[in-house]
Amino acid sequence: MTTATTTPAAMNPSTNPAAAAADGSLYHITSSKVHMTPGTNGAPAKRDGKRPSDALSNEQVVKLLRDMILIREFENRCAQAYQQAKIGGFCHLYIGQEALAVGTINSLNHDDPIITAYRDHGHALARGMSARACMAEMYGKITGCAKGKGGSMHMFDRPNWNFGGHGIVGAQTPVGAGLAFAAKYEAEVINRAVTGPDGKPLPAPWQNPPRVAPKKKVALAYLGDGALNQGALHEGMNLAGLWGIPVIFVVENNRYSMGTAIERGTTMAHDLKQKAVAYGMEGIQIDGMDVLNVYDQFKALVDRCRETSRPAFVDLLTYRYQGHSMSDPQKYRAKDEVESIKQRDSIALLEQHLLTERRCLSEGDVDKIVEECKAIALDAMEFAEASPMPDASELYTDVFANIQPDLSPTANYTLGVKNPLL
Amino acid sequence: MARTDKMNKEGLTLVDAINEGLEQEMTRDSRVVLLGEDVGRNGGVFRVTEGLQKKFGPERVIDTPLSESGIMGTSIGMAMAGQRPIPEIQFEGFLGPAYDQLVNHAARFRHRTRGSLTVPMTVRVPWGGGIHAPEFHSDSPEAIYIHSPGLKVLCPSTPYDAKGMLLSAIRDPDPVIFFEPKRVYRSFREQVPEGEYTVPIGKAKIVSEGTDVTIVTWGANVFQCLEALDKLPEDLSVELIDLRTLHPMDTDTIFASVEKTGRLVIVQEATRLCSLSSEITAQVMERCFLHLQAPVQRVCGFDTIMPYAKLELDYLPNADKIVEAITQVAAY
Repeated sequence: MTTATTTPAAMNPSTNPAAAAADGSLYHITSSKVHMTPGTNGAPAKRDGKRPSDALSNEQVVKLLRDMILIREFENRCAQAYQQAKIGGFCHLYIGQEALAVGTINSLNHDDPIITAYRDHGHALARGMSARACMAEMYGKITGCAKGKGGSMHMFDRPNWNFGGHGIVGAQTPVGAGLAFAAKYEAEVINRAVTGPDGKPLPAPWQNPPRVAPKKKVALAYLGDGALNQGALHEGMNLAGLWGIPVIFVVENNRYSMGTAIERGTTMAHDLKQKAVAYGMEGIQIDGMDVLNVYDQFKALVDRCRETSRPAFVDLLTYRYQGHSMSDPQKYRAKDEVESIKQRDSIALLEQHLLTERRCLSEGDVDKIVEECKAIALDAMEFAEASPMPDASELYTDVFANIQPDLSPTANYTLGVKNPLL
Repeated sequence: MARTDKMNKEGLTLVDAINEGLEQEMTRDSRVVLLGEDVGRNGGVFRVTEGLQKKFGPERVIDTPLSESGIMGTSIGMAMAGQRPIPEIQFEGFLGPAYDQLVNHAARFRHRTRGSLTVPMTVRVPWGGGIHAPEFHSDSPEAIYIHSPGLKVLCPSTPYDAKGMLLSAIRDPDPVIFFEPKRVYRSFREQVPEGEYTVPIGKAKIVSEGTDVTIVTWGANVFQCLEALDKLPEDLSVELIDLRTLHPMDTDTIFASVEKTGRLVIVQEATRLCSLSSEITAQVMERCFLHLQAPVQRVCGFDTIMPYAKLELDYLPNADKIVEAITQVAAY
């Protein structure tokens, strides 16, 4: 990669028209139009010299491929289940964006917290949620990750430090800042003895459970490009910049907020990194269709944020092949636009790398991985199908830590709180 | 902060009591942090957090920009990750910009995640009228938050209750909105234990016992009701209940009282339509129907915008209005 990850101008086609072509970016955006960079169709991001991903073992890179294929096969089954009316409500598929979640999440430590928006199946699977729990959640079954009460938009997985998918556009971003704040607070403040006005230590603060030396963490707050125009994001970015907390705002820039192209709804769409400048944080743009490129650039950024305890902002260029949700007539884009992006599909790019550059896989091996992932997705569907619905008593739980008397519903709920007079 | 001679002799104001509670809980639990607009260097808009930044440092008493959605969202993330944040929102009307975070996030995460993520957070909010400021500086929006499942809503009226309930709120595993009646902040002092104690969430307080009429109220209106009691004939025995916790409400205490008296007056500053008084009326109707000897009577703020300065006194419940309501109900 010749383009320095930290120099905004270098990747900005408007200041450096050659940049997009030179660095192999997926496309460049002018102030009025998004279009493909000529000559880059089908090509991976250009690679020069040593890159961080060169240090990944073959097993690790094959895992990236497997993660992406699993997401795609899983989402194909979701689409099928939705069309069969097995999945209710809304369903936003991740097909096309796989390299983004897989590349960023594999740049993290397991206990770095993440939080995302409603297109969240990919993150959940990449973070290690079982496909069964993920699918069962969408089916509304008790075996789902949130016992079937959250659905497609609410993939929570606390053991894997996934603080969920969130349905209100942009509202998750200040929460992500809070996750980073807590991590930094734990590392820097919580074990510090509190002293009184006389300088003498006060009684030991909270130490339960006993703490080991906490490590530096980075939190990721994912958002779609549509969330760029929500106030909550700007409040979250301002606080993060102001307080210097290690949160990375990851814009999954798939060009469309539902049906509105980014330049129709967002200022500076051709150079989103400028938004980071205003909040005093580093901003970079990354080609998000090539997973190794995502890893190379994003891993370096994560390491910098972890070390310096600073926030950052990433414009990650990606594309969704399907509609915004399952009910999207897609009048806002031409079919050949979708087809042209598919020429540079993230899974195909990585397969090509593994087959021709690393030469660690054969086509037969790839087919085997695809078959395995298909089997996992089908198994998830069958598992979800066979799982029981939540008992009606589940309605009464988890509003508060303890069930409160005299709130409806109660266990004997009929028409309001059960009336002993009737 | 260390108690002054005056505090030792005359007791604590509501402000003193909350400040002392915050200080003690921050000392006890290093997960607790305060954040809000001017809470640090300036000690808060009503000086409730005075001196705490000096004692605990800017890492634990954090001045924020004017950014309610950011304050609330960040606090939620902190709470989900194990801290015990106490955001202050300067006035109840300023909860508006934070509403989305409070109602769509804080209130729902326990349920949405089936208990795997919780938001143990105490949102401190100066509340109610009586300080001659209009509209969103003087509103009583408690019903909005009671109506959203998943939030606990407290409104202590005395320094003793405020300190004890604050400690309960901070230690509670769920998000709590802690409304502080501004009119009471410095209106009187009372003796408050210097050590730690808690007043349980969900328990009303019977301020005075009686057998003829029940009054249910909360916040600063407790004191207008006490004033009204002094104006009533001595042979009328009135039971005054300070609800203290607005949600989850102590209906047991209300029902037991109404079953005894058969007559109920509810006094609130908030506008009447779809308010907490509406809910209490409905529940008393459902549960105490056979005991009621008179229609329930309500003394409320008017269903209009909280007015400025002088008209405020016409708008808010006062002792005369309360006396009239009690007299009507008693005579029915």
